[in-house]
Amino acid sequence: MNFETIVGLEVHVELKTDTKIFSPAPSHYGAEPNMNIHVYDLAYPGTLPTLNKRAVDFGMKASLALNCEVAKVMNFDRKHYFYPDNPSAYQTSQDKRPVGQNGWIEIEVEGKKKKIRIERVHLEEDAGKLTHSDNGYSLVDLNRQGTPLIEIVTEADIRSPEEAYAFLEKLKAIIQYTGVSDVRMEEGSLRCDANISLRPFGQEEFGTKTELKNLNSFNFVRRGIANEVERQEKILLSGGEIQQETRRYDEATGQTVLMRIKGSANDYRFINDPDLPEIHIDKEWVDRVRAEIPELPDARKARYVNELDLPEYDAHVLTLTKEMSDFFDATVEAGAEAKLASNWLMGEVSAYLNAEQKELHDTALTPEGLSSMIKLIEDGTISSKIAKKVFKELIENGGNAADIVKEKGLVQISDEGTLRTIVTEILDANEQSIEDFKNGKDRAVGFLVGQVMKATKGQANPPLVNKILLEEINKR
Amino acid sequence: MTKFTTEDVHYFANFAKIAFSDQEAEVFSEIISELVEFGDALKEVDTDNIEPMTHPLQMFNVLREDVPQDVLDRDEMLASVKEHEDGMIKVPNIL
Amino acid sequence: MTLMKKTAAELQALLHNREVSVKEVTEDSFKQIAKLDGQVKAFLALTEEEALAKAEALDNSSQDSRGPLFGLPIGIKDNIVTKGTATTCASKMLENFVPVYDATAVEKVNEAGMVSVGKLNMDEFAMGSTTERSAFQTTHNPWNLDCVPGGSSGGSAAAVAAGEVPFSLGTDTGGSVRQPAAFCGVVGMKPTYGRVSRSGLVAFASSLDQIGPITRTVEDNALLLNAISGIDHRDSSSSPQQVPDFKSALTGDIKGLRIAVPKEYLGEGITEDVKDKVRASLKVLESLGASIEEVTLPHSKYASPTYYAIATAEASSNLARFDGIRYGYRSENAGNLEEVYTRSRAEGFGTEVKKRILYGTYALSADHHEELYVKAMKVRTLIAQDFASVFENHDVIVGPTSATTAYEIGGVAQNQLTLYANDILTVSVNLAGIPAISIPCGFSNGLPVGLQIIGKHFDEALIYRVAHAFEQATDFHKSTPSLGEGTN
Repeated sequence: MNFETIVGLEVHVELKTDTKIFSPAPSHYGAEPNMNIHVYDLAYPGTLPTLNKRAVDFGMKASLALNCEVAKVMNFDRKHYFYPDNPSAYQTSQDKRPVGQNGWIEIEVEGKKKKIRIERVHLEEDAGKLTHSDNGYSLVDLNRQGTPLIEIVTEADIRSPEEAYAFLEKLKAIIQYTGVSDVRMEEGSLRCDANISLRPFGQEEFGTKTELKNLNSFNFVRRGIANEVERQEKILLSGGEIQQETRRYDEATGQTVLMRIKGSANDYRFINDPDLPEIHIDKEWVDRVRAEIPELPDARKARYVNELDLPEYDAHVLTLTKEMSDFFDATVEAGAEAKLASNWLMGEVSAYLNAEQKELHDTALTPEGLSSMIKLIEDGTISSKIAKKVFKELIENGGNAADIVKEKGLVQISDEGTLRTIVTEILDANEQSIEDFKNGKDRAVGFLVGQVMKATKGQANPPLVNKILLEEINKR
Repeated sequence: MTKFTTEDVHYFANFAKIAFSDQEAEVFSEIISELVEFGDALKEVDTDNIEPMTHPLQMFNVLREDVPQDVLDRDEMLASVKEHEDGMIKVPNIL
Repeated sequence: MTLMKKTAAELQALLHNREVSVKEVTEDSFKQIAKLDGQVKAFLALTEEEALAKAEALDNSSQDSRGPLFGLPIGIKDNIVTKGTATTCASKMLENFVPVYDATAVEKVNEAGMVSVGKLNMDEFAMGSTTERSAFQTTHNPWNLDCVPGGSSGGSAAAVAAGEVPFSLGTDTGGSVRQPAAFCGVVGMKPTYGRVSRSGLVAFASSLDQIGPITRTVEDNALLLNAISGIDHRDSSSSPQQVPDFKSALTGDIKGLRIAVPKEYLGEGITEDVKDKVRASLKVLESLGASIEEVTLPHSKYASPTYYAIATAEASSNLARFDGIRYGYRSENAGNLEEVYTRSRAEGFGTEVKKRILYGTYALSADHHEELYVKAMKVRTLIAQDFASVFENHDVIVGPTSATTAYEIGGVAQNQLTLYANDILTVSVNLAGIPAISIPCGFSNGLPVGLQIIGKHFDEALIYRVAHAFEQATDFHKSTPSLGEGTN
């Protein structure tokens, strides 16, 4: 029997506000333990929540960017469970009236486009951090407690690990473009759980699902789902039944491992938080937030293809991160030819970033710098070979290509007279090669060109050298 | 028949995280049964098309600007904590 | 004669004329407490050193910016947090808990130049109506030491009635300021929800809780409410509504006022002596030019189950934070995390608190959420609508505060009818979020009877006007318990 894979994702994204969602304590990553807390974050008796306006704006912004309907009226609900990283024993979240509902994003897998529906986007607070020790106790750090989060819940529309990967890649790009989060999985500002089930092709109702946690990178999401699908398939094919359970992905073995069986044990006892008055969102508010959303990846992609004549592939890669896309736009704006700019960014620049484990903003390269270099290539001032030297200088020390070329004497020699003199000298010294060439050994030209380049420290204009060489040989 | 059995006491106490001995469970089963019965009176009220009142005032959009302030001094915070280590609150392991 | 039975105006005059100093007023309060509190047991903690230091500082401060409450002693109910002074909620759970911040109401009384003398006893976490549910001590009614002072703000009412302090703060979730005020023959106001910041009030039921002033006279009450009212950025449910000068509302004139008397407030379960005093009070109000009309609040009989479902549901949520980890009681008998939770909470909370948490947990559970909790919130809407329709044609509602006068300490549980009747009188006001006051309106067997005046949202000024007019026309507020007299 053949099974269809059914996946729904729950993605938590930390919002990049200056303070927590319900207290004015700073909310940034990396402070000393328990230094970023307000009495409210400690669930100290008598303390009350105060709602961060920017967190609401960000929740709305993300919802709009994900094509959701924004709530007209929303409220916060308390979700109860005891845990040391949850001081009040409730998490303040949104139950029935989330900030966003009924959205979608479009993904593309193997050339096929598909919409993945988003059921809801809701605002909530993050929990503190619990560190377990081997000595029978754990340590609680409440710095993260109260950091604003949005939880994005998809419909069960995802049909393969690759679609899940594409969804996350797209979601990350969109959220990053809106600027509401850093969406860094390694810092925990983006976290993903997957609900996975199988059903025989043609069957309408879903099978029993398992929830997969501890997916710490997009690749692990892809591999974890693939492994879980394999596991479920084996059970079903051998006549077994899937248990409703929570599993975790073990990065070392690549397997999913049972965490706990899901029973009816949890009853979160939702209650409208009486300390937080309702939020009424009118059209004006929505319009204001909508106006702050920059051009999103899909729109940029379309612009690159339609207006800049870039291939689809280039447009996709360039728009994966806002930083790259912004850089590309600025480079073109500064006068570089679009396809050349794309080639450099996707080629040399990306290779450099990968090799150095850096991001664009960690380097000295500026759009003006890159553009100045591309222009020098275009007008023949430097060869692409020289350009690589200039590029290295630009990305490591910054500056402008023309200055570097001038300073290091890297200007391409395109003066025919000068080149002809050098060519003549080279030919005089290499009678054998001329002989070889005339006997049909084409490779001899390559050798001669190499000699000219060597004599000019690589600065000779290669097509011109070729042309003059052939002319001079034919004269002899 | 009791409206709220001793099993109910243990079941709900598990969410509320309060330990009850079997003897206490008996007592609370009776007390809560009375309350449950008392609450049943609400069933006779016609509340069709009535919105629940979640808040006594018609207030909305009370929002705070995103500006840090009033950070708690860690030592002051730790003064009320029974056990702590390296600035963190110490708790026994789950099991 | 003690200074503690004088009004704010009288005390200000003495201070102004330098007949007494703030220090002397403060010392007098502690003297009275030393003399009386062995019997009354209103205070859980005294802050004599800090109080006297502050009194001295106030004596040395400039005369210019002194308000009407300057230099006057006040006691604070022990569920209102005070920086550096233990705040226990009369619970073993918070026995040694010393807050790191002041409640907004405490900040405000401090800013008004008042001198806090200590923390007052109450039912544990404000759950109860006798103050017998305190984990530490039972407060006695100054009018009859064998009787309860009412609750949960029993300490706050008893301390004022006994003449230990002229002012106190109580809290009212379902009648906890008004009922003890009635039992102790003093003035207690439950302001409109949102009038006074709840920041620093240890939450029992967040959508019902309000801090309220307890005093000997209506004018003093108005002064104290003025001092503690107003919007607070730390409490999102505190109202931006303008706070009027309540004292200027005390005109004595209630001619033409339309008073509603709900027939449910003088019905089954209300004792005859209470009904008599209330009827006599209505006559007084009528003689002052007000008109009296009987009305009905048809959903009052559901107020009690509605209140129980909502208050306990919110309490089960609010009290979940007491888990033995960051502050408060932690069981010595816990081997693992689960036991830290279950044993700390089993040992730290008293029976009444556990009962309400358990029932509230039940009310919010998936299977009962809709039929009980949401249903109660819908009935709450109906109860609020009942009030709103009465207020369309009437200015205030008047009735008894409590079905009975104070009962004996440790006495047999009252019959169910009386308990429901009590709830009908007080809890519906909290459910609707409207303000109400209790003022003395007579005595029965030497125990005070309280008259309740209920107003529209944010109409405390009118309530004070009626209460003050009544007070001026009667002498009940001039009687004080004979406790400790003769040994003075």
